[in-house]
Parts: sequence; structure tokens; C-alpha cells
Amino acid sequence: MALRELASLEKYLGLKKPNKYSTQGDKKIPVLQNNSPPLVGLVTIACHLVKESNHQELLGDTADSRAVVQQWLEYRLTRLDIYTKEDIKTVLKDLNLYLQDKVFLAGNHVTLADILIYYGLHPIIVDLAVQEKEEYVNVTRWFDHIQHHPGIRHHLPPVVVLRNRIYTSRHR
Amino acid sequence: MKLFVSEGNPHCLKVLAALEVTGVQCGVQTVSHEEKVVPFLSRPALPALLLPSGQYLFSSNAICRYFFEANGQECNNLCNQWLEWETTVLQPALLQTLHMAVLQGKGSEASKVLQSPLNVLDQSLSKGNMSYLTGEAVSVADVVLWGTLHPVLSDSPSLRFLLAVFYHESVRTWFDRVAALHSCQSAAQKVLQGKGLQAMKSYVQKQPAPPSSQCRDAQPCNSSPAEEGERVVSEEEMEAAVNTWSKGLNSTSLAADKQHPILPQEGKRNVLVTSALPYVNNVPHLGNIIGCVLSADVFSRYGRLRGWNVLFVCGTDEYGTATENKAREEGLTPQQICDKYHAVHASIYKWFQIDFDFFGRTTTEKQTEIAQDIFWRLHQNEYLVEDTVEQLRCEKCQRFLADRFVEGMCPHCSYPEARGDQCDKCGRLINAVELREPQCKVCRQTPVIRSSKHLFLDLPKLESQLEQWLDKSTSSGDWTLNAKQITRSWIRDGLKPRCITRDLQWGTPVPHPDFREKVFYVWFDAPIGYLSITANYTKEWEKWWKNPHQVELYNFMAKDNVPFHSVVFPCSLLGAQDNYTLVNHLVATEYLNYEDTKFSKSRGVGVFGDMAKDTGIPSDVWRFYLLYVRPEGQDSAFSWADMALKNNSELLNNLGNFINRAGMFVTKFFEGCVPVMDLQREDKKLLALVGWELQQYIQLMDKVKIRDALKHILNISRHGNQYIQVNEPWKKIKEGDPERQRAGTVTGVSVNIACLLSVMLFPYMPAVSQTIRDQLNAPQSCIDTMLQGTGTFVCSLSAGHRIGTVSPLFQKLEADQIEALKKRFGGQQVFDVYNV
Repeated sequence: MALRELASLEKYLGLKKPNKYSTQGDKKIPVLQNNSPPLVGLVTIACHLVKESNHQELLGDTADSRAVVQQWLEYRLTRLDIYTKEDIKTVLKDLNLYLQDKVFLAGNHVTLADILIYYGLHPIIVDLAVQEKEEYVNVTRWFDHIQHHPGIRHHLPPVVVLRNRIYTSRHR
Repeated sequence: MKLFVSEGNPHCLKVLAALEVTGVQCGVQTVSHEEKVVPFLSRPALPALLLPSGQYLFSSNAICRYFFEANGQECNNLCNQWLEWETTVLQPALLQTLHMAVLQGKGSEASKVLQSPLNVLDQSLSKGNMSYLTGEAVSVADVVLWGTLHPVLSDSPSLRFLLAVFYHESVRTWFDRVAALHSCQSAAQKVLQGKGLQAMKSYVQKQPAPPSSQCRDAQPCNSSPAEEGERVVSEEEMEAAVNTWSKGLNSTSLAADKQHPILPQEGKRNVLVTSALPYVNNVPHLGNIIGCVLSADVFSRYGRLRGWNVLFVCGTDEYGTATENKAREEGLTPQQICDKYHAVHASIYKWFQIDFDFFGRTTTEKQTEIAQDIFWRLHQNEYLVEDTVEQLRCEKCQRFLADRFVEGMCPHCSYPEARGDQCDKCGRLINAVELREPQCKVCRQTPVIRSSKHLFLDLPKLESQLEQWLDKSTSSGDWTLNAKQITRSWIRDGLKPRCITRDLQWGTPVPHPDFREKVFYVWFDAPIGYLSITANYTKEWEKWWKNPHQVELYNFMAKDNVPFHSVVFPCSLLGAQDNYTLVNHLVATEYLNYEDTKFSKSRGVGVFGDMAKDTGIPSDVWRFYLLYVRPEGQDSAFSWADMALKNNSELLNNLGNFINRAGMFVTKFFEGCVPVMDLQREDKKLLALVGWELQQYIQLMDKVKIRDALKHILNISRHGNQYIQVNEPWKKIKEGDPERQRAGTVTGVSVNIACLLSVMLFPYMPAVSQTIRDQLNAPQSCIDTMLQGTGTFVCSLSAGHRIGTVSPLFQKLEADQIEALKKRFGGQQVFDVYNV
């Protein structure tokens, strides 16, 4: 899974020649073979690719937004790659509140945080019922925005997000 | 900007240290654990940093990064790798440890959880040879890892027992260096106030229980069921264990040496074990060895200990085009090539201590005799059909070309380098005659199409007999799942007649007058090798091979050999109608990869044949590791770093440590004689626990679950280490009589467990097993007693028994040794921390 994300990321970054990857250990941690020495870890590799392709803005423009980007990258690893059913409700609730007043996860343009959280959330959003998508309306809005952002959604099928609310809070 | 912290919260250690080390100006406010500082989080998260922009950081690592960046120290790739590992591996392990140690009081269980990450960290540090994690200066990685590890590595007495069993030198050196920094000391003081683990109790209580790691990618995690927490032992189990213990050793013992020839015996379980015949021309690599001969060897050795009547045969498969070509290349006859390489194989397997009862060859008269006999029977019973086949013949080389010796353009996709049987580009199966612009790979001439008559084994005609037999065999025998699946899909695809003859010279000649100048196709001929090799071992080979009611046949192989052993060969034997013994248990392994790639002789990647001997690593250690990673159920990989890790942690620190300590105590404190054992409740509980592990071991090994069974051996020595650790015989021996008595009991029980371990280890590490028994001066009969029935853990070394000279069993594999070996055998992996 991680390898496909990295392949999509490479395309997004406009890297002409795809890199060579392998995996390490039971959990199949991605390894970037082309580098010397080889690089290990999804977030580590993703950040490296961003720097290599001269798209540093994807890691944040200011010190504050850079820290926030790192925080959400870590969140992807700790909260979205291993979770239970209860955890997911908490994650969606927290993200929903966080995204209330924001268009992007960090700063005011797309960053690597949006990309990797989008990849990580995809399988969860795909399984949400229409009702749930409306409950977490901010997450859904952000998700729809990112999946339509040019060049991001390579290997993943689009998730249908209804524009018109069917369930209003009055009927809960 | 303001930093919010709470007391006794271990996550605050790193942020406070980072703040001071970097000298960033920031206010600090202490709040309670429940305080909701970060507005959008449902569960309170501390520490938290309120940024100048009004945003909140709730990740302690992100906070540390922020401080370091403010100080001009950005995180490089190596630093990022450490932080990613810390977040995904170390932190969860630490939280689980704290939970177990602080709330559940399971201190020694807790240390198990951390063993793996600490081993990995230790390896990496000693390999890197730098003062800090990323170089000669302190980086955010050092502060973060220090903060996470401080609760368990700091010098508080209540924590010392946690890691007493495993000492990690490099980790200790690095840790002390970072802990000595003033910022770290003051952070520790602020958060824990000198109260160690207990200071964190209220924090840990408020955290949710650590997740049971439900990995999203549905990869079965590597930890076997054997590694779950403490078992609860019932009163009956304890009584039964003590009963068995007091029975002592069997007076009758099995014959010390095997009497050849081994023949089936009435009243015994007669087990015939074969391993797939290695092709003589190819030097075996580690993957070949674990897939076939080593697996079969472990099972055979085990079977003998169980009292079964076992015959283990194997040999080199010598006919075929590859040998013919090699002979041509080296200017020798095919027979000379086979003689040369058969000796190479034999010596490699000898070094690996493969205890064949007979290791033969397929190029013998018996092979011709038996193969031709089967052939004539098939012919008589009308299971052979004749057909004309169009083949490519190279006039210049004067021979018909085997598929792999033709290259041309794929008729489907026009790929110019398609091989004679399959196109590498589009993957379609093709017939060599369909290739456009074919060329002989040897001389590059265009071959011509010639017709040739051949004989085919009529598999469709034998299909219903095959299915009937398969149903019985797969349902009553221990076939591995992959073997059953591969067989099913072969049959589902529809059986077609299979050509059993070839236009070659080096092979078993076809005796039929119309097919002179032809030999049997290797896949018809080779499995008959099992029979002919046995015939070369004993005249009475038919007692094994034509005796399905008295004999149980186990075939060991890698998965690519399955269809030939489950379909083609059984059909040959069924069609011959001579009451042949057919396979009861087909055991197939998946593939062993080398590091993150495949073994490749041509690219010099991987360890082949006798290279293992040259590494200086003992044969038993190789056996142990290959069996530890035996590819059952899915492919696995050989990794140098992992081998060193398993050697150092499991063999040296776990197994070796326990057995050595037990023996040393007898030598040092009891003048070399096993002391009197007065069993208390705790000892009885241990006997029951050990007995249960032994039972599991036997159940698993009976079903050829070789890898899983090994874990139970390691569990027993883990129990043993804890037992010694808790009872501290080295201290009690210096006290008054009742304590000395206790020390005696603990020592006596431990050394008896060591004796049991030596028996359980015998199938895996025969030399080590013998060494242990020599050191303990154990009676021969212990080897016959302990694996009887469902497991018989008896007191084999009673009070007064004099042991021999005790010395360490294993040596540490150093990081620089491993690095050098890795470079030598190809494969580059510098940040090797996830291979656990």
C-alpha cells in the first residue's frame, strides 16, 4: 500500500524517473533503494522526495506550519495505520472539529500532510454511509477538495460526496 | 507561545529537555492530566504547545522538532528515520511496557515487550559508531529517544529488574551520554521528581489500554501464539507435572547407533522421509537448503526421538540437458560432472549436519531397472499414448533444442527475446515452434522444425483414480495448505497427457524399440530416483516402497515441485499398479528470499553452498536461524541483521544465558553436584508451565509445524531465566540454611530444565544439544524419555549427580562482523530497524 502511495506521490511531484523500492520487515515498511544509503519509512521517504523535487512548500512555508505538517504526518502513522473501530470515530470527530475553520490541514495551500492523510483516510471514507459523511461534514468537504486537487488522486478511486445535505441536524 | 505540561507524564520529558537544550524562549505551564488544552481533541493530549500563530501542537515529537528548528537545527534523513521508528515502534512498545509494569504489576512480562526494539537499537548504535544517533552532535532524535526510554533505563531500583536479563551495551553508553546533559537531568527532575515508575502511575491510569495492534494491511504478525502472556496453571496440572517429574528416567533406552539397513517393523510407526532431490549441477543456496533437506532433517531427527522407525533418503538428481551442457563446457563427460558435483553437495549437507540414512544419486543401474519396469507396466496397462511432436532442431549443434535454448520473437506481442516456453514480456505460455525468427541460443543458427515421435502419460485416463487417492490422502494426512491449493488448481485447469520422453542422450534410456535414441523426461524419471536410491541402500527396498499399509511417506519440497509430487508421479505409480507407497504427507515451503531481493548466483547475491562454512558462524547457528525464518505459509527473507539479532537475543541472551547460569551455579555453589530439590508451590507451577510448552512442542512437531515448535523451546528458557531472576540463588546461597536450601532447589530444577532443553533442541541444533548433555554429563536415556507420549518432563539429573565442565554455548555476532558479511554477499541495508 505504502509503495503505491509513494508512486502516486512521485507522479504528483513531477519526478520523471520512478524510483526503486523494496520493503523491510513484516509490516512491509517501504525502502527507497535509489538513495545512498537506502531510506526507510513512509514519511521519511515522502519528505525526501518533496525536497528532491524542489517542492519545499509542500512541507510548510513558515516554522509554525512546518511543525503542523510534521504533526499530521506523524498522526497518519500513529492513528491511521493502526486503529480500532472506536479509534476511528475519535479520529473523524477530532478532524471534523479541527477542519471547521480550515481549508487545508496546515497553512493555506496543499501540503504533504493533506496528501498523506488523504491516502490514509481513503479506505475509511469509502466505507462511510451517507449519514456519517454528513455527520463529519468538514472532513468530507476537505476530503472532496483534496481528491479533486489536480494530480493527487492517482491510484485511488474517487469517493462520491453529495453536495446537498439529505439529513439535516433537525431530523437526528 | 506557551508549553503545557503535566506531572508524571513521560511524554513531557523530551519536550522539556528539548526546550532547555535549544534555549528557546517559551513559557511553561503545568496543568492536570485531564485538562483539555487543545480545543479540537476529544481526549486530552499533553504536552501541548500553543504556537505564536495561535495553532496548537499536540505531538510531543513535533514540538521537539519545532524547538530544534527554531535553534537552526533541522532534521536530516537519518534523523527523520529515527523519529519515524520511534513513533511507530518504540513508543507503542514503551507504553505497553509502562502499562504492564505500573498497572498490572507484570514487570518481567513487560521487559519482554521492549526486548526487540532495544536489541534493534543496540545493533544500530554499535554499528554506527557515532557518539549520538545522527553524528557527533546531539540532535532532536537523541532527545526524543532519550525521553521515551528514560522511564525504563534510568537508574531507579524499582526499574532495574525490568531489564536485568538483557544488557545492551551500546544503548547504555549512548543513553548515559545523553542523560548526562543538564537539560535532560533537569527535565527528569521536573517530571518525575525522583519517584521513578510510581510517579507515572496516575498518568498511565488515565490512558486507554494499549491497542492490540490490528494492522490494517492484514499481514499476519510474526509473533506466534506461543508468545502470549503468562498461562494460568491449574492445581491438577501442577500435580500431574510433579507426578511425571518424580517418575525419573526410563531404564530401557533406544539403541545408541542406528542399525542399517533400516526396514519397516511390525508394531512400530514406520516413517519414510524424502527430501526433493537437488539438481546436481546447481550449488544449493540457503533457500534450497531450508526448503528441502534441512526441514526433512529436523523432522527425521525428531521422529527418531519419538521412537518412530524412520528412514530418511535423498540424493542428487543427475540426468538432463543442463548436465550435458555443463559437461560440454568443462570438457568432461556428463558422468564426470555428476561425480564432481555430487561430492560438492554431499559435503555441504554434511557440514549442515544433515543426517541422511542414505544420500544417493539417480545415475545408477537400479534407476534404469525400476524406471523401465514402471514404464513397461504403464505401457501394458495402456496408460501411454503415442504422438508426434514438432520440435526445433539445431542442425549445427546436431540436437533437438530444449525450450530454454531457443530464443525468438513472441508470436503474440512481438517481444524479440521470448524464450522457448514463455514470453518474458507478455507472460503467455508458448510452444517453441511458434516463435518467429527462432535462434539456437548456443550457436545462433536458425533451427529447423522436425517431427519426432514421443510417448505421453495419459493423465486424463488416470484422473479419477488420482482424485480418489488425493481425497483420501489430503484429508487424512498433514499436507501443507499451499500443497493442497496448488494441486487443486492444477487439476481444475484440466489434466492433459504429459510427454515423458525426450530426444537427448544423458538420461534413462527408453526401452521400447520404437523409441530408441530417446530418454525419459526428467520429471517422469527423477521422482523414481527416490525408489532407486532406496534400492541402492537396501535390497529390500520394496518393503518401504510397495507397502502402503505399513509405511507413512513424507515428501519435503519447495512449492514449485508440488504438482510433480502430487499429480504426475502418483499417476505414474497408480498406472503401474504395483501396490506402490504413495505420499501421505506433502510438506511444501514457500520461498526464502535474500535480504530484500532474490538469491542469484550470476549476480553474486546470496549465500550459496559452502560459503556458509567460510563465515565462521557455526553450522548450528545457521540451522537455528534458517528454521526460525522457515517460509511456512508465506515467503520469508534471510537477513544478516536479523540473524545477528536472533543469535544475540535468543541464542546468547535467552537460551545460552539460562543453560549456562544453571550449570555455573551447580559448579560454583554446589561443588559440581546437583543439589537436593525440595519442591515448593512456585516450583511445581514452573514444572507445569514447562510441561505445557513441551506438550505444545510435540503437538506442533508431529504436524511438521517446525517453526512454531521452536518458539516453545525459547519460551521454556525464558521461563527459566525469569525463575532464576526472581529467586536470586546467587544471593540466597550466602544466607542461612533455609535460603541455601531454596537456592539448591532452584538450581537443581533449572539444570533439569536445561537437560530437557537439550533434548528438544536436538532436531534443530544437534551439536549444541550434544554439548549441553556433555556439559551436564546427562545420561543417554534422557534423550529417549522426554519426548514420549504427550511429553514427559522427568527429573533426569537427581540430587548428587555430578555434572561436567560448563562453558558458554554461543558467541555474540558483532555488528561489524555482520556488516562485512553483508557487503561480501551483496544486499545493502543501512537503517535496518524494522526487521524484527
